Amino acid sequence: MRHIISILMENEAGALSRVAGLFSARGYNIESLTVAATEDPSLSRMTLVTRGSDQIIEQITKQLNKLIDVVKLIDLTEGPHIEREMMLVKVKAAAATDARNEINRLAEIFRGNIIDVTSNSYTIELTGTGDKLDAFIRAVGHEEILETVRSGVSGISRGDKSLSL
Amino acid sequence: MELTGAEILIRCLEDEGVEYLFGYPGGAVLHIYDAIYKQDKVEHILVRHEQAATHAADGYARSSGKPGVVLVTSGPGATNAITGIATAYMDSIPMVVFTGQVPTSLIGNDAFQEVDSVGITRPCVKHNFLVKDVKDIAETIKKAFYVATTGRPGPVVVDIPKDITAEKCEYHYPKRISMRSYNPVVKGNKRQIIKAVDLMLSAKRPMVYSGGGVILDRAAKPLTDMTRKLGFPITNTLMGLGAYPATDKQFLGMLGMHGTYEANMAMHNCDVLIAIGARFDDRVTGNIEKFCPTAKIIHIDIDPASIAKNVMVDVPIVGGVSNVLKEMMALIAESKQKPDQKAMAEWWAQIEEWRGVDCLKYETETDVIKPQYVVESLYKVTKGDAFVTSDVGQHQMWAAQFYKFDKPYRWINSGGLGTMGFGLPAAMGAQFANPKATVACVTGEGSIQMNIQELSTCMQYGLPIKIICLNNRALGMVRQWQEFFYQGRYAMSYMEALPDFVKLAESYGHVGMNIEKPEDVVPAMEEAMGKYKNRLVFMNFITDQTENVYPMIPAGAGLNEMILV
Repeated sequence: MRHIISILMENEAGALSRVAGLFSARGYNIESLTVAATEDPSLSRMTLVTRGSDQIIEQITKQLNKLIDVVKLIDLTEGPHIEREMMLVKVKAAAATDARNEINRLAEIFRGNIIDVTSNSYTIELTGTGDKLDAFIRAVGHEEILETVRSGVSGISRGDKSLSL
Repeated sequence: MELTGAEILIRCLEDEGVEYLFGYPGGAVLHIYDAIYKQDKVEHILVRHEQAATHAADGYARSSGKPGVVLVTSGPGATNAITGIATAYMDSIPMVVFTGQVPTSLIGNDAFQEVDSVGITRPCVKHNFLVKDVKDIAETIKKAFYVATTGRPGPVVVDIPKDITAEKCEYHYPKRISMRSYNPVVKGNKRQIIKAVDLMLSAKRPMVYSGGGVILDRAAKPLTDMTRKLGFPITNTLMGLGAYPATDKQFLGMLGMHGTYEANMAMHNCDVLIAIGARFDDRVTGNIEKFCPTAKIIHIDIDPASIAKNVMVDVPIVGGVSNVLKEMMALIAESKQKPDQKAMAEWWAQIEEWRGVDCLKYETETDVIKPQYVVESLYKVTKGDAFVTSDVGQHQMWAAQFYKFDKPYRWINSGGLGTMGFGLPAAMGAQFANPKATVACVTGEGSIQMNIQELSTCMQYGLPIKIICLNNRALGMVRQWQEFFYQGRYAMSYMEALPDFVKLAESYGHVGMNIEKPEDVVPAMEEAMGKYKNRLVFMNFITDQTENVYPMIPAGAGLNEMILV
């Protein structure tokens, strides 16, 4: 099963490599990983998406907790939560063509923003779940895509519950 | 008064109560060596190879319960130390290793003797630090000792660039430290403990399986008290030997791949298994699918990640084994329920039947020296009270099987990593920690050559270690597997051109002995422990080349599927 693990850790050099090293050393897979400092600059927040049986996920959370730099973590998928991923995608869109109108419409349907325009291309910013981003790529068609960049998943739990000190 | 970073480091060690610093100098740590030169509180032990420094610190830690401390230079100093750090990591030994680093301005420049020590040690340390400011040295060292010695212990590396050791600041060593990200749980959950005790008292075929965690948490006494009180059979892992007296009737010997028949059969057939400070290693469980098929399992461990890692358990208890056992004792004393005496009598009758197989018997009427006989003789001559270190291979298993450890901290071996070359330097550390005690290193002619250079260190510091070399002219455990599983194709398991160990020992200034006949074994040992009490004696026993370690559980088999002799 797919799990989203949210980790609060010391914002120290090498903290990221401890997590990445743990996953490679123990043969766990990482589907995506995002990390940045929080409002408290001494802490980083990491969101990690992984897959595994219940037993493996239990080991992953225990092994992560064992890392000295990890302050707290939760498995977001254990409760109601929101996940978002951002994608920047550059597509073919020659000026004054139907393609340009079509991309415009699609961007609107998917609530994307066109953030850069050239005579040959559009760059679109799109936020949502991974599924939504995949759907957009399918709708545009691989042929039309010049480049995509995805941020990886960020997640937060619903309601008043929060992961903080 | 302002001190240099190097002086601060040494002051920290002094304030931490460190007696010995095992190390080897080099460019990046010269300021630190200068600071060592100017004081006399912390004694530096100069080894002959950085690997030996880590093993010596490890042997010191295992035999004293105090953390071992190491100082090596950057680059090759650090990489040579890795094997010893990994050895300590696998066996959860508290150790603090200081590695020199090239000056801050050169880090990342492929400078002379530069290696990313923090990166290269990361997978085999509990934690590591790179100090980037002289003002951080004292607090980092405090943290390093705190992390290394608390919770599940382990090695911690502190990497210090050379320029930081020359800069100055005020010295202040924090008395206490707390880390928001590190708070090991030491007290077990009361409800879980109650559940465990209920299960234990209602068991019909109970079995206690205890490991190195009992030794590390100094819990031998509560373990022994509880097991005796309940009258349960007990086995110790390779790492846990000495936690329960081996000469006691309730002790079934070691379990696992080369464990006793009675211990493994009792494991396989028990209905309640009480695992204490043990981690269900693959050498213990055999085929995990066939492990303890009828047992409800209680698992006490300070490391939550050890629980339900290999084997699913029914009653997990996260906590220090010493605390948990004491709480269990109190509950058992209060409880009206007592173990079912009739069921226990039947269980013990079954165990005695297994014990009757006498799985450790070996041929005694021979002209060649049997390795088992050498270890048994060592046990007799030292009255079971020596500190015994070992290397890795057949001799290690024979030492574990035939030396009956009644006390903890006496048996020192590389169980997890299986590091050949561990024995002699570990014996040095044990001898420093216990200067008056007999320290024996049971080894083979293969293993001893992996750190033979330390005979020179032993001479320099007058360490009267007794080296018990079981010389069978083969890498015995490799040879055994080749005999069993590779139809006798002995690829690279025989060494030609072995040195004359007597002359070798003598050239280092020690005493050497060749022992070739069974009847000479005991007199030679008596001479080594008597006449040569204060000398290092290298005892080269020419043993039976074809002897194998029995019993044995082949790979993929369950604990009840042992090969007996």
